[in-house]
Amino acid sequence: MTVTAGSAAALALGDDALVLSHRLGEWAGKAPVLEEEVALANIALDLLGQARVLLSMAGDEDELAYLREERAFRNLQLVEQPNGDFAHTIARQLYFSTYQRLLYAELAAGDGEFAPLAAKAVKEVTYHQDHAEQWTLRLGDGTAESHQRMRRACEALWRYTGEMFQPVEGVDVNWSDLETSWLESVSAVLRRATLDVPEGPRSGAWTAGAGRQGLHTEPFGRMLAEMQHLHRSHPGASW
Amino acid sequence: MATAAEHRTARAPADGTADEAARTAAYEAVFDAAVAADERIEPRDWMPDAYRSTLVRQIAQHAHSEIIGMQPEANWITRAPSLRRKAILMAKVQDEAGHGLYLYSAAETLGTSRDELLDKLHTGRQKYSSIFNYPTLTWADVGAIGWLVDGAAITNQVPLCRCSYGPYARAMVRVCKEESFHQRQGYELLLALSRGTPEQHEMAQDAVNRWWWPSLMMFGPPDDESAHSAQSMAWKIKRHSNDELRQRFVDICVPQAESLGLTLPDPELKWNEERGHHDFGAIDWTEFREVLKGNGPCNEQRITQRRRAHEEGAWVRDAAAAYAGKHASGNREARA
Repeated sequence: MTVTAGSAAALALGDDALVLSHRLGEWAGKAPVLEEEVALANIALDLLGQARVLLSMAGDEDELAYLREERAFRNLQLVEQPNGDFAHTIARQLYFSTYQRLLYAELAAGDGEFAPLAAKAVKEVTYHQDHAEQWTLRLGDGTAESHQRMRRACEALWRYTGEMFQPVEGVDVNWSDLETSWLESVSAVLRRATLDVPEGPRSGAWTAGAGRQGLHTEPFGRMLAEMQHLHRSHPGASW
Repeated sequence: MATAAEHRTARAPADGTADEAARTAAYEAVFDAAVAADERIEPRDWMPDAYRSTLVRQIAQHAHSEIIGMQPEANWITRAPSLRRKAILMAKVQDEAGHGLYLYSAAETLGTSRDELLDKLHTGRQKYSSIFNYPTLTWADVGAIGWLVDGAAITNQVPLCRCSYGPYARAMVRVCKEESFHQRQGYELLLALSRGTPEQHEMAQDAVNRWWWPSLMMFGPPDDESAHSAQSMAWKIKRHSNDELRQRFVDICVPQAESLGLTLPDPELKWNEERGHHDFGAIDWTEFREVLKGNGPCNEQRITQRRRAHEEGAWVRDAAAAYAGKHASGNREARA
């Protein structure tokens, strides 16, 4: 397959949506309250829908999802991080949905190839961001235990947030403006939630842009092994 | 004939006197007349205690079945073999959570909270459908659950759309629409496998072999052994007997299995011209009773996962309650 700048960009954005959707799908039957079973599945379904459109822009959605090796995936390391406790899932969602909402709003306003998808997706993602913000407030400003857990989760995932603003070739936005807006938005929510904005580095020698280059974290290989096993066990079969 | 308006007036506080007994008898007559006239009983209407407790038991069991039933299917979400199938399966499991929500709400209209019912589930005092104590071993099991388990559930539930208790009947209208969608999706999944590679066909046949008999058991024990049936029929909570519904299900499945190119695992299954129904083999009720008693392949696993999810979520629910409390008092201060 020839990878044009456009299809490389579609892969990067598509893999983000595919991988986070998968992680959220792992919550099914295990959510802390029935309403969250519905909400997390809803977000997972929206992301899967986006992934299918984006991957189809780059090739065959199932070949891309099921037959690539780990090193060929272009998603951010943030989205492949294991669910952890509910606080980790919410922190990951807050960081990612804020990014995706800002990015898609930009893309929707332009006239590039991603504009139609972004225009539809930005409505969904606005809800995802709101959901993550509401839970960040409840957990941050809830009980001593929830505050502690949310603080730890925000800190643990902070190191994966710098990668989001490494420019993706073929995605025409002002990445540094995007980063400024992201920091403002996330910091404001964390403060309202009585949480400190983490002070650690937002990227390191290894993490800077690593997912976009096909370098992932250890849990991702196991996630893909589970996701791809059945499809790969029946080469050429249709489902 | 009692009208709904008259019926709703039939409410008064209990005071333990002879007058009360007379009033109760009068209310009961109004209630019986409403049921006989196929009117709906609504939450604010007087109803016999036993009617209320029967409904709570049945609706709770149904709600619990929806949320426990998420587990065997969620087992395959992360391994679904195509993105289209993955989306369908996720949406289905989400629908089940939604059904759980409507049904717990229907039970709440009878004065029983979701927390109370969940506690009864977690401590084994209320049951869920035994079918979910069987494991989903292959991808084809997802199809077999859709076709057979949801098919059996619909056969049971369509008559409940006319159940005498209004909130339950209305919840069932929506549940049944979604369930029939799931049933068609399950059928279509199995059809793709049956017409696929020899390995896929084999996977589909194996799943049907394992799910057929447990699906027939979903209609409950034979009519002459069913503990709750007669009273529920009289109250129009239940409209058809277990055996009638089971027969209806078998008659529906036989031609569908033929179209699927799959064999139902019952050598005695054959059309009986005289009865106008299919005859079928004897059900192993010993297995049914064993699974019901807790000795099925997944009883322990299902309830353990449910309890764990609930316990691990306790701090999240506490946080939400604490936050809501702070903000409610904040609002009161702001208004003061």
